[in-house]
Amino acid sequence: METVLDALVSILFLGLGFAMVLYIVSVGLSLTMGLMGFVNLAHGAFAMAGGYIAVTLMNAYQVPFGLALAAAFVVVGLVSAVLERTLYARLYGVGELEQVLFTIGLIFMAEAILRKAFGPLPLPMHPPAILSGQLNLGFRTVPAYRAFLIVVSFVLILALWLGIDRTNFGARLRAAVDNRRMAEAIGIDTSLLFTMTFALGSGLAALGGGLGADILAIYPGYAVEYLVYFLMVVAVGGLGSIRGPFVAALVLGIGDTACKYLVPEFGAFFVYIVMIGLLIWRPAGLFGRA
Amino acid sequence: MTDPVIAALRQSRPRWIETIPWIVGVGGYFVFPDQLPFASQILITILFALSLDLVLGFAGIITLGQAAFYGTGAYAAGIYAIHVSQEPLSGLLVAAASAALVGAATGLIILRTHGLAQLMLTLAFATLLAEAANKASFITGGNDGLQGIAIDPIGGRFAFDMFGRTGYVYCLIVLFFGWLLLRVLLASPFGQSLVGIRENVTRMQAIGAPVGGRLLIAYTIGAALAGVAGGLLTQTTQFVGQSVMSFERSGEIVIILVFGGIGRIYGAFIGAAVYMIAQDQLAKSEPEFWNFWIGLILVLTVLFARGGILGLIDRLRGR
Amino acid sequence: MSAALETIGISKQFGALPVANDIHFRLEPGARHALIGPNGAGKTTLVNLLTGRLAPSAGRIMLNGGDITRLSQAARARRGLARTFQINNLFPALSVLENVRLAVAEHRGLFTPRRALIEEAFAILTRLGLEDVAATVVRELPYGKQRLVEIAIALAAEPSVLLLDEPAAGVPGGESGIIFDVIAQLPAGMAVLMIEHDMDLVFRFAQRITVMVRGSILVEGTPAEIAADPRVREVYLGTRAHG
Repeated sequence: METVLDALVSILFLGLGFAMVLYIVSVGLSLTMGLMGFVNLAHGAFAMAGGYIAVTLMNAYQVPFGLALAAAFVVVGLVSAVLERTLYARLYGVGELEQVLFTIGLIFMAEAILRKAFGPLPLPMHPPAILSGQLNLGFRTVPAYRAFLIVVSFVLILALWLGIDRTNFGARLRAAVDNRRMAEAIGIDTSLLFTMTFALGSGLAALGGGLGADILAIYPGYAVEYLVYFLMVVAVGGLGSIRGPFVAALVLGIGDTACKYLVPEFGAFFVYIVMIGLLIWRPAGLFGRA
Repeated sequence: MTDPVIAALRQSRPRWIETIPWIVGVGGYFVFPDQLPFASQILITILFALSLDLVLGFAGIITLGQAAFYGTGAYAAGIYAIHVSQEPLSGLLVAAASAALVGAATGLIILRTHGLAQLMLTLAFATLLAEAANKASFITGGNDGLQGIAIDPIGGRFAFDMFGRTGYVYCLIVLFFGWLLLRVLLASPFGQSLVGIRENVTRMQAIGAPVGGRLLIAYTIGAALAGVAGGLLTQTTQFVGQSVMSFERSGEIVIILVFGGIGRIYGAFIGAAVYMIAQDQLAKSEPEFWNFWIGLILVLTVLFARGGILGLIDRLRGR
Repeated sequence: MSAALETIGISKQFGALPVANDIHFRLEPGARHALIGPNGAGKTTLVNLLTGRLAPSAGRIMLNGGDITRLSQAARARRGLARTFQINNLFPALSVLENVRLAVAEHRGLFTPRRALIEEAFAILTRLGLEDVAATVVRELPYGKQRLVEIAIALAAEPSVLLLDEPAAGVPGGESGIIFDVIAQLPAGMAVLMIEHDMDLVFRFAQRITVMVRGSILVEGTPAEIAADPRVREVYLGTRAHG
């Protein structure tokens, strides 16, 4: 029989892992929407692609875990940069509806292609041996991979935050998100900045997709099914914010897990009700600018 | 009266070309007697698309949750037929009223927001409603849907037959009235004010237009029309499936309207007809890849043919 | 007699930055009142406060004796407060007639027969000399004519108070005369407040002038008084005499 503490730890663990994956995938979307003002509903497709690349490399080609993830990051980052230059850049400043439609079209295409290539079933994800099984924390055991996921995510997020706060690129990014015209006026090459940010965000999404393949199963419907979650994290966190989506991911991720765990019948409603409430209270997001 | 005044008055008069859809509709009854159930589906989809055109094309509210109202109407008509009365016309009224209620309630909330937050809220409410419908399986049939709904003959005389003849005429007449309502509404000062709100909200506020209230009215009427379409679906197919409130349904109707051309009223007609006929043909050969083609056409439409089919026709005619 | 428009101790701060300081301003019925001051003085901010685009941090606003401080822009417009914008804020894809017709419809009510709305809109256009371009789409009009459409839309509401925000801004010198003529022919009962930088226009139009500097009212008086006031010259007109 589970004690309350047991249940709490389980919820926290599962929820935290979920929240971390959500954040890593969604932070790029927040940046893209805040910087370029572009509603990219296809963002989930980058996570999906990353998941497919990483898991296929591991399963079919026995590529080591770390390398597979790195490959996913690089490949998706590069491809997205090309996509941004050729297609997305034409649509900046076009209406929101057009952007929504365009990116929905992209998801449909991606889903159909992946379904044809890999079939409709989720790809099984096998974490490397040292990361599988259970980790003994003393008072109880927890899934080792989840623990790893949480730790790695924290490191990644820390690196991202430091990078944005301390590097030149980060400074330029923050300036451009805050006031694009001004940034251009002082000589920041916003075009290049857009491409780099887009690539970074998509690469991160790919990384998140690969890392989180355990939690968010990799299958052709991934981008559509989890779209709501990614959008929620960004909408509630605030467009263009880096910290905001983190808080949002924690609230939504842990909350969703908790509710589904404690009230299985109605748990799924939680995230939507909370999101509706939060958006009514703060339409620009928790950390967004009205 | 001077020229510009006459011209302005003439703008909203019906033109002869607008009779074409009805000629086709009536003709279809005689030319395709074996396809009437499918043709009824097209008519229902047109009405659904028209409801979206009011909300999206004229009021300018981007929504990914219009199927919430469609589904509400469908379920309402089904539940009404099973538990209260099998009379079809009152069933449609019930469908319209329930959808309008849901539309007004959600509209009050979502219309306080803009941009991404608004889009998210339309999505959130629609998903909530779909989940609720799923959970309330004792009344909605859950995953299995509402089955075996029987409908009385219309006006006591015209029974729904196996060939879908009554159904088709029924749908055509309801569509006609729905279209008429929209046509009159959009040509009226109310409809013009919607265009004004879409074009320049701050100016409309500065001239005293109660923007929030106007948009709410438009949103609610759009919901009611979608509800009627859903009710028609239930009454002609005698079934309500879970997919009627799904995100896919919401997305699909947006796509259909975009293909035809937004804000043109007839975009709904063309988009629905083309989409459903194409889907019917292609789904036979490669059902799985249908989504790819839809996605591709959507991408190409946004890049090159933003006004949809009607927009392309305009361009060909040199406008 | 109550003022047409009055602010009582209106203040506005953006965070720690005060942009309007305890302003007491009166616009009399039928007034021809100009508001001048250097850039950044807070003139447009005051207009935005008056119309409801901005909410005040403190103070009250009265329109024809009624408190409108808490009312929205649209509500104030319905009570007879109309404004034009410094930068054209029209419906660019619609024709001139349609632009004005929208405003007439809001004023007369949406159930007014279409013909009456169109005829009234056309009458307004004729009064402003815009009848020739009634069917022209607004974005194809020269800037000067667009400025006139700006005014036409505001007039459609038959307001008791009209706020003109730099009506001649951006208009080539030769055309501002037309704008002045239109302003000169405004109904005598309408209280008109005009923000302007064009001093010719100001001194030909105004019976009263208010000078604002850095969010506060510096001085108020007749054109002659203002022209002679050394503080005004120092701050705004320069040392050149204006007569």
